[in-house]
Amino acid sequence: MLRYLAKRLAYYLLLLVVSIFLAYALSSASLNPRAYFEAKQPRPSAAAVDRQLTDLGINDRTPIVERFGHWSSDLVLHGDLGQSIHDTPINAEFGRRIWVSLRLMLVGSLLGMLLGVAAGAWGAVRQYRISDRALTIFSFVVLSTPVFLMALFLKNGAIALNQASGHQLINFTGYETPGLTGGFVAHLSDWSVHLLLPTLSLALGGLATYSRYQRGTMLDVLGSDYLRTAEAKGLTRRRALVKHGLRTAVIPMSTLFAYSFLGILTGATFTETIFGWHGMGEWFINAINENDTNAVVAVNLFAAVVVLASGFVADALHAALDPRVRH
Amino acid sequence: MTGAGPTVTTADAVIENATPTAADAAPAGRGKLVLGRLLAARGAVAGTVIVLLLFLLAFVGPYLTHWRYTDIDYAALRQPPSATHWFGTGGLGQDVYAQTLRGLQKSLIIGLLVALLSTVVAGLVGACAGYFGGWTDRLLIFFVDLMLVFPSFLVITIISPRLKNTGWIAFVVLLAAFNWMITARVVRSMTISLKEREFVRAAQFMGVRPLRIILRHILPNAASYLIVDATIAVGSAVMSETALSYFGFGVKAPDVSLGTLIADGTDAAPTYPWMFYFAAGLLVLFVLAVNLIGDGLRDALDPTAESGRAPSRRAARLSRSTRTPKGSR
Repeated sequence: MLRYLAKRLAYYLLLLVVSIFLAYALSSASLNPRAYFEAKQPRPSAAAVDRQLTDLGINDRTPIVERFGHWSSDLVLHGDLGQSIHDTPINAEFGRRIWVSLRLMLVGSLLGMLLGVAAGAWGAVRQYRISDRALTIFSFVVLSTPVFLMALFLKNGAIALNQASGHQLINFTGYETPGLTGGFVAHLSDWSVHLLLPTLSLALGGLATYSRYQRGTMLDVLGSDYLRTAEAKGLTRRRALVKHGLRTAVIPMSTLFAYSFLGILTGATFTETIFGWHGMGEWFINAINENDTNAVVAVNLFAAVVVLASGFVADALHAALDPRVRH
Repeated sequence: MTGAGPTVTTADAVIENATPTAADAAPAGRGKLVLGRLLAARGAVAGTVIVLLLFLLAFVGPYLTHWRYTDIDYAALRQPPSATHWFGTGGLGQDVYAQTLRGLQKSLIIGLLVALLSTVVAGLVGACAGYFGGWTDRLLIFFVDLMLVFPSFLVITIISPRLKNTGWIAFVVLLAAFNWMITARVVRSMTISLKEREFVRAAQFMGVRPLRIILRHILPNAASYLIVDATIAVGSAVMSETALSYFGFGVKAPDVSLGTLIADGTDAAPTYPWMFYFAAGLLVLFVLAVNLIGDGLRDALDPTAESGRAPSRRAARLSRSTRTPKGSR
């Protein structure tokens, strides 16, 4: 199993290096930081613009391989992601924003996954009853709603609710109330209220996807011989379902888990922008609009690490659950 | 993977009744059988009807009113739906009905084109990787994995400043370019099992060239999967398109799509709901209908697929023993 995991890890590292180089090259080719400096008032001389761009390491007249060499050696040797277009360190911004995004993504994806697997398994056991049908219809509608639209629907719903009640029942802007006083408990409840809508917009999608797949695999398992055997040898139906049914039915989910992080990342970008969270996604969209190459690359690095790490976790889970993978 | 909700019992009954008759009339069988199953799935029928109606609305609807999507009615700003302006008017006096239909047109066309393009690419790349194996396979799969490292939204957003003046066709190509990878992986694993089959072997020994084998023997056998996948891809393409357009990285003025309309109406939504909910509702309705069709097609084309059918134990065993490996999707 360790040999298998080591091989996967090496493969993911190779993917990481190549993809970061491509992201760097693509961002450098597509964005135009020169225009930002040239648009400054009073207009700086060409030499001054060149000097500033070179200082930031984003001068488009330096060959791309050389720029990437500098950038990556700074990153590997000093853990330095460079300077933003406003000459502020990327690292500080990165360190601040990463927790905002990770909080949203982890809570949203785990909640979506757990609820989805539970709902799917439950739906399969109760196949064709009203609850199962309601769940199916619900997941169809959710799956047909893009995440940004889901976030907007939730936001509008909260506005309507707040207006109807006359109080600020659900607070949805930002991730905390600025200048809130009070103890730990007050902060915690403030956080959870702010977390509610953004998390829901992410988790609902996960819930719908996972429940559909889980229901399908669970139905397959329910008709299987080994489950009947487990019951025949004297296990209660519940124990048989959980120990023999659920475990087998969860295995295919681990692959889905890896791919789902692509969607979670995109979804987090939308929800952050819509709910005013100052996370990686919002940073990315601002950076694109400001032609801030280094910041864009930093967000790409974050995305690549998140996706590849989730792929690796999925491989490990798969190997742990399914002995055939380990050879 | 799940069934089409409430429809499944009838579909089931039909499948069980239809199987023996199909065996009797084998030559005419498959097309008829699939159509029969599809018609029996209420969800798929409803989806098809909705999609047809939406197409009708998008392409005929604009002729029912004399307002065009560029017209501005200075006498009616932010007016709720009425006899003159069926969906109300926007902040500048635009007719929301005409605008929404225009946006719907663009979104539908983009969705169809992207699904078509990406399915073709996915089929070819997946089949080549699976058929040739060895280094071709390794390189192609590395490429697929590489494309899967970044969410397509990120990459398309990065490229978008370069596409300011190229119009929406370039956007379609871009969306398709980042939408084929997972399908290709599935086609690859299907090809690997198909290429050991007798008819492929026979073709190889007769000296048929590889590309011809792929086009004539491999891809037609993966067609069921590709058709279902292309249907679902229409919905997901429309979702990506609207999301990108919402953030200003997709369709841009003067073109309108459902995404740009939703973006324009967002701030007005709590007070002037008609500026937001018509576009948003049509978007959800269309994707929902497409998903229903895809689900019904999957059940109809592949009765052994793990759908929401309630198989008897015998049927379930049978389906397990006949199912081909499908990879993950």
